[in-house]
Amino acid sequence: MSFRSLKQVTSKTLVLSSTNIDTDQIMPAKFLSMTTKAGLGEHVFSNLRYNTDGSETDHVLNSPEGKASEILVAGHNFGCGSSREHAPWGLTDYGIRVVISSEIADIFRNNSLKNGLLPIIIEKRAHNWLLENPGADVSVDLETCEVHLPRNGGTYKFEIDAFSRHCLMEGVDEMGYLQGQSDAIAEFEANRG
Amino acid sequence: MPSTLFDKVWNRHVVVAETETNPATLYIDLHLIHEVTTPQAFTELKTRGLKVRRPDRTLATIDHSTPTLINADGTRPYHTKQAETQVETLLANTKEHGIETHGWDSDNRGIVHVMGPELGATQPGMTIVCGDSHTATHGAFGAIAFGIGTTQVGHVLANQCLLMPKPKTMAIHVNGELPTGVTPKDVILHIIAEIGMGGGTGYALEYRGNVFEEMSMQGRMTVCNMSIEAGARCGMIAPDQTTFDYIQGRKFAPKDFAASCADWLTLATDDGAVFDKEVHIKAENISPMVTYGTNPGMGISIDSLIPAAASEADQDALDYMQLKSGNKIAGTKVDKVFIGSCTNSRLEDLRAAANIMKGRTVAQGVTTIVVPGSVVTKLQAEDEGLDTIFLDAGAEWREAGCSMCLGMNGDIGAPGDLIVSTSNRNFMGRQGPGVRTVLASPETAAATAIAGVITDPRQVETAA
Ligand code: SF4
Repeated sequence: MSFRSLKQVTSKTLVLSSTNIDTDQIMPAKFLSMTTKAGLGEHVFSNLRYNTDGSETDHVLNSPEGKASEILVAGHNFGCGSSREHAPWGLTDYGIRVVISSEIADIFRNNSLKNGLLPIIIEKRAHNWLLENPGADVSVDLETCEVHLPRNGGTYKFEIDAFSRHCLMEGVDEMGYLQGQSDAIAEFEANRG
Repeated sequence: MPSTLFDKVWNRHVVVAETETNPATLYIDLHLIHEVTTPQAFTELKTRGLKVRRPDRTLATIDHSTPTLINADGTRPYHTKQAETQVETLLANTKEHGIETHGWDSDNRGIVHVMGPELGATQPGMTIVCGDSHTATHGAFGAIAFGIGTTQVGHVLANQCLLMPKPKTMAIHVNGELPTGVTPKDVILHIIAEIGMGGGTGYALEYRGNVFEEMSMQGRMTVCNMSIEAGARCGMIAPDQTTFDYIQGRKFAPKDFAASCADWLTLATDDGAVFDKEVHIKAENISPMVTYGTNPGMGISIDSLIPAAASEADQDALDYMQLKSGNKIAGTKVDKVFIGSCTNSRLEDLRAAANIMKGRTVAQGVTTIVVPGSVVTKLQAEDEGLDTIFLDAGAEWREAGCSMCLGMNGDIGAPGDLIVSTSNRNFMGRQGPGVRTVLASPETAAATAIAGVITDPRQVETAA
């Protein structure tokens, strides 16, 4: 489950401007019965992307530009609701590496960080600009924790905890880190009796 | 230094302290697992050649994908082959790793957050995790309990630990006397409406005040269950005699019970402890609540008017719900009623609903399904004759499980249906594509089923 290291991402943005996009919308419950992760990208936002007869809608997510995008810009409070990790799995399998919003729900943020997907909470002004300029060429730099908007859009800082940043940049995951603490864990267990 | 309930429990579980660059390594006392969020975690263990570190601290059940009906020949009508595979995968994985599992042959099978407390596995002072966002339910016992994702399920299976930055703390005080007819569900819907859907983000909540002190364990579980709907990872209530009475005599209750209780009493927040944030709510201001929008924060008192949309998102929600600002929410026609879920499927909830439905009939055309949280709950309810009350009223009495809360097992509504539901989420499409969900207490749901329109339960004379 280690992932591709993420230092810089430059891509045209894919914009989904609705607020409160919850994980049910990102990955509807019917796909939670999958017992593997592969192929979830086809189902991400399936209610927007497919008609009831299974044919594709003309939603931007089905367009070549959408599919080529690595940066998703979403409306306020993205990823709220159920803790399903199928949501970030679906997004990464689709090809998204960075999600930007003015608010991103806690559990979704944590799940994303554990799966090589960088969640960025950005200030309102930059967020509005991004929402209004779908397809903009945006560059995200994890080294400096900056988002660069094109033209006169400016440069904006974002915050990420040092540990998650380290894991993302090195492409290492938490399992290995925890395994490395097994002596401390054994000692803790012994002390509690 | 005086400290909070949260801090005391947290400090007892720190294996490696948090530093400026690394999160804390937190020991987990109890790991609850179910079929939906574990298959990929067990695969991960296999790929890495790892074992389950503490099968004795892991408890499994099946709940989300399980059918709530039984075929005439005793087989179970799974919604899809995939659902069946998922259940079978859990059963095979837990067998392989020696994990106690409450599957088809156990009376404790049921919604994972109903099962833990019923077995006495949920105890004060514990850290409890589960791959499900309503794990906060267990905070009702004074435990730090929160939902995790599948990657973390793998971490806990392999290491019995989690990496966690410490959240901030928020006290939510509700003091005073609750008006007659106001239930724990109404209290939590009121709190969420007040602090907002993101109001608890980044915080561990502690519910404080006489309202919670006087509440039953089942009520406390209903409240803590929905902490996540305010954005908080967990919500807790200090353990007291009510807590101890609930745990005593259950399967996993500690042998040295008196000593455990004495220890648990020391967990309560000390006088003078400082929270990062405090919210005060007057009990007198709370009424029976229903939601009118598409997130649990969009709740109003049942006798008030649907508010004007404050934003485009609010208007979208109203449009989706086919409701109009300025209209009364009471009196809105409903298609289905669902009584169940980890929020409101315990014996007390079923009693409350039965009390209203007794001797009455469900309105024509309103499919009403009642789904107990566990097999034990179902059997207890049947002992009391609640099943007969529901069936006589024309409601369905189903097998235990999550059912229509999430609809993963195929229990869903038809597009456009308005469902009054005792569950915890009213997101668009949660109960089926195009389904409109109104969250309410069991009392309100039952009164609504009888009238066929959203109904204030205080207007119904009850049997008691
Ligand atoms: S009843 Fe609903 S909220 Fe509770 S565990 Fe099941 S699906 Fe989740």
